[in-house]
Amino acid sequence: MNQPAALRSRAEGLAAPLPPLLAEAEHLAATVLLGEHGRRRAGMGDEFWQYRPAGPGDEARSIDWRRSAQSDVHFVREKEWQAAQSVLLWVDDAQSMQFAGDGSHTSKGDRARVLALAVAVLLIRGGERVGLSGFTLPPRRGELQLLRLAEAFNATDETPDYGTPEARGMLPHSRAVFVSDFLGDLAPVEAALTKAADRGVKGALLQILDPQEEAFPFDGRTIFESMSGNLRHETLKASELRARYLDRLAERKARLADLARVTGWHYQCHHTGESAQAALLWLFRALERVR
Amino acid sequence: MFTLGPIGFTAPWLLIGLLALPILWLLLRAVPPAPIRRRFPGVALLLGLTDDETQTDKTPWWLLLLRMLAIAAVIIGFAGPILNPQDERAGSGPLLVLIDGTWADARDWQRRVDRVDALLAEAARSARPVAIVQTTDLPDEGALFQAADAWQSRLAGLQPAAWEPDADAVAEWADSLTGNFETFWVSDGVDRAARAPLLDSLERHGTVFVFESPRPVYALRPARFEDGKIAVTALRASTADTAEVPITAIGLDPNGVERELALATAEFASGEGEATVELVLPPELRNRITRFAVSGVRSAGAVSLTDDSLKRREVALIAARDDREGLELLSPLHFLRQALEPTADLIEGNLLDILLANPDVVVLADVATVAEAEQDALLDWLDQGGLLLRFAGPRLAASDVSRVEEDPLLPVRLRAGGRTVGGAMSWGEPKALRPFPDTSPFFGLSLSDEVTVSAQVMAQPGPDLSERSIASLADGTPLVTRKRVGQGQVVLFHVTANAEWSTLPLSGLFVQMLERLAISTRPTKPAAEELAGTTWVPEDVLNAFGEIEDAGNMPGIPGEALADGRPTATQPPGLYAGEERRIALNVFDNEMPLAATSWPARIAVEGLTVVRETFLKGAFLMAALALLALDMIASLWLSGRLRGPRSGAVAAVALALMLPQDVRAQSPDDALALAATSEVVLAHVVTGDSQLDDIAHAGLRGLSDKLFQRTSVEPAQPIAVNLETDELSFFPFLYWPVTASQPQPSAQAYAKLNRYLRTGGMILFDTRDADVARFGSGSPEGRKLQELARPLDVPPLEPIPQDHVLTRTFYLLQDFPGRFSSRDVWVEAAPPEAELTEGMPFRNLNDGVTPVVIGGNNWAAAWAVDERGVQMYPVGRGYAGELQREISYRFGINLIMHVLTGNYKSDQVHVPALLDRLGQ
Repeated sequence: MNQPAALRSRAEGLAAPLPPLLAEAEHLAATVLLGEHGRRRAGMGDEFWQYRPAGPGDEARSIDWRRSAQSDVHFVREKEWQAAQSVLLWVDDAQSMQFAGDGSHTSKGDRARVLALAVAVLLIRGGERVGLSGFTLPPRRGELQLLRLAEAFNATDETPDYGTPEARGMLPHSRAVFVSDFLGDLAPVEAALTKAADRGVKGALLQILDPQEEAFPFDGRTIFESMSGNLRHETLKASELRARYLDRLAERKARLADLARVTGWHYQCHHTGESAQAALLWLFRALERVR
Repeated sequence: MFTLGPIGFTAPWLLIGLLALPILWLLLRAVPPAPIRRRFPGVALLLGLTDDETQTDKTPWWLLLLRMLAIAAVIIGFAGPILNPQDERAGSGPLLVLIDGTWADARDWQRRVDRVDALLAEAARSARPVAIVQTTDLPDEGALFQAADAWQSRLAGLQPAAWEPDADAVAEWADSLTGNFETFWVSDGVDRAARAPLLDSLERHGTVFVFESPRPVYALRPARFEDGKIAVTALRASTADTAEVPITAIGLDPNGVERELALATAEFASGEGEATVELVLPPELRNRITRFAVSGVRSAGAVSLTDDSLKRREVALIAARDDREGLELLSPLHFLRQALEPTADLIEGNLLDILLANPDVVVLADVATVAEAEQDALLDWLDQGGLLLRFAGPRLAASDVSRVEEDPLLPVRLRAGGRTVGGAMSWGEPKALRPFPDTSPFFGLSLSDEVTVSAQVMAQPGPDLSERSIASLADGTPLVTRKRVGQGQVVLFHVTANAEWSTLPLSGLFVQMLERLAISTRPTKPAAEELAGTTWVPEDVLNAFGEIEDAGNMPGIPGEALADGRPTATQPPGLYAGEERRIALNVFDNEMPLAATSWPARIAVEGLTVVRETFLKGAFLMAALALLALDMIASLWLSGRLRGPRSGAVAAVALALMLPQDVRAQSPDDALALAATSEVVLAHVVTGDSQLDDIAHAGLRGLSDKLFQRTSVEPAQPIAVNLETDELSFFPFLYWPVTASQPQPSAQAYAKLNRYLRTGGMILFDTRDADVARFGSGSPEGRKLQELARPLDVPPLEPIPQDHVLTRTFYLLQDFPGRFSSRDVWVEAAPPEAELTEGMPFRNLNDGVTPVVIGGNNWAAAWAVDERGVQMYPVGRGYAGELQREISYRFGINLIMHVLTGNYKSDQVHVPALLDRLGQ
């Protein structure tokens, strides 16, 4: 008797966060003008591209008779090329992404999901196929895919402290976006990128950091714990550690940038204290450049 | 007890704990503050990083110091610090605390009480029974030894007395003491004869300790006259150094306020115990002095009350025109001058000029008639208590004054001519005086045979002659008669003031009689025989602190006791009033000596200073607590817990607490005041109905325009007045349209309105319902008007009479229409005594402006114009309507003229012009 009701209430609870996330992503995506990333050449597609005089080899059925009737030459109606590209997203859902610093801005995970979904919105509007790397959500097109993506982003599973990129299921020569804080072990990242490069997949690495992680504004006796509490480090004077921490962070960023350059990817570091729009623009342009 | 400077410790061993502080320093340094747990994903980057030094995170030095101080305060606090620790006074057994309790104690009574309090506290600690005795307030017998606590509660009630202790009573009391006891004698520092025997008898019972204040003792002797100056002698007890003592003369100024009238400085030479100050003051000022006091000394001994002996009467001497030039001894005033000069201030001159100086006595020597103006002035002066002293003489005998009717300035009617006895041309012997009757003020004066009368003016017999004669000759004919006039009196000597008619002016009796009449005053205190049998009632008494108190219902004292001259408990120092004069009883008379005490060497004399033990334990522990609280806050701050989102709220709360209360609102809008006062402005009351307010505003605008065009009143734009917030006094005129729905003004607004009406403002109430209702007929507006006006201070009203000044202040009017034309306009009622005079077109009516005009003619609507000067509302129909509007404007103009000019047109001076205009 109450099974349908329980199911429905659970479904609604599940669905509740979707519209805001989607709306926020769409709101962010709306700020990007779509005009620039057209294919700009004739090809398969729905949109009119140009009339050109028919040449030898053109099928008779491809001649646009209405246009040709206005003059003595036969014209062929060309459509814009709209070859669909597959873009695979990997958004780090590890616990470290839940860090929100001093609470004055969103957590890294929120920012990562919003950015990923926003870029998905843009890509799907541009007619691309978007999916998640791995096998959970293969790339598809259409608005419905956005809802599926949003649902996938909101899935709450028990996750490790630091995430490892998912490089399986990548279609050759597709595009990929990895969004993470890249604070964990870099070896899986390197492996994933190498594998992607092997398959001719190019894309963007977006590192999202909290301002506190960038500035390390701590002093005094402190016990630092990872988000799950598995890792801990105690210091008597945190301020002494600042310089060395920042060195390590810079070293990590440099290594990520190196990896990206070697594999033909793009790397960018984004802070949650900054505007998400800049990151979205960069992400979009990075995907565009690859094409 | 272990002492360290002024601080002692009850548990000094605890102070060893202070040695542990350096160890604590090390310990506190070694213990870092509690770690803070932070979630931080970047911990992955931190793994493997080690601290450079193991104790890098040490407590800051100031926090360490704070904690050290807190611990030191705790240690010292528990060691029981005492400021000014007192050594216990060795001694046991009963304790007698003897306080002199005289006037000399009053100068620092509180310190004595404090000292005794400290002694009692000591006695309480060693559980000694205590008795407290004041030498001026001795118990009946012995001393009552009680627990010190019991006395301590009574200590505050002890008061010094303003008199010296009674030597006999003290000796008697000393004899009644029994048992052994120690004595603490709190001495006042003044030497007395009774002191030595008392000391002897006290020492028989036990040791005597003396407590004495080193502060100087000052006293004043009564002020006296010396060669026309006031001499005040100041005394002091210790004669060691030179000293300057300010002495003030205090009295009532002409406004009846007590103030310092004069200030002098008595300079004591070294070794001298007395210093005399001489003051020269005008008689007016001198007679006002009520007491002298040593400034800044609160003691009855340092106050000297003055009495009549210091007062000198002002006596005006007036004789008839002197036609016998150069004959001094025959001058009618010569003997008077001789008799009065030592004791009174004499004035001579024109009678009217003299009366301006308000003398106490006017002497008319053989002056028969006075001019009418002078007589009136004299009678006024007599009514206020003057004494007119007249002497007979040839002129009075020859004149017709008081022959048929009694002259107001003579006590009796006189027979013509007078009589002469015992002269060369008459029979008989010169008459002697009859002894004075006991109703006479001269009663008790001794007669001498040498006083004879050879001529006199004779009084007409009458029913009140015997009552009025206060001295008579041996044959019963009156010699001196007296009559009371108002508060004053007229006294007639039936003989001359020189020796022509009698030998009286040559005798001492003459001076005594003048004294008895209070014409002259005697300089010295009366003798005991003189005062025998009289009773003196205290008027003011001095307390020991030299303050004057009302005597209240204190019983009178016999004159003998007063003559004795020493104040006691039954006769405290003060001012005593008898029948004719007042005598001051001061602590010091002219003989009493003042000297410092000289104790035998075996007696220990201590000062009065009390150093109180102050227990500092609480203060130290409080300081430790405060420091620990500070430490808590500092630790929180150091560990970063005071930062973050909540710190803002904390700071806001702290700031809010520190901010002063909001400042008072600014004074009423200056802009309104300026607008209302720089030009004449008509104003209307804001009713809250915006449409109605607009009509009122437009109406006043129309009226202002018309006033501007037709009269010299040039009003500015009208102003809307809010009764609750705006000041009303700027506006000469308020238009108040009444609606049934307007709110009742507040009590403050009514107070403002009533003040406005009382100070000449006018309110025109307009119920605007004259088309449907008669005045007072109970329309909603009428009822509201009654409600509104109930708290107002409105005088009786009447329908506007035909001769009201409103009918002619500018235009001659009989109707007062507005948009409606009703005759019901009410103004302040004319006074009931206003009568129509024959031939006058109007009555002489009330002064001032009627404070209210009440009607229902909706004047504002008739007056209203818009910005372009176009009439806003129709009045009546056609030409008749326009005429009505014109009349309503005229009413408005008359009203404003009435407000601004008052009853000017009510003046009868305008009658001819008005009659001319009325065509009569």
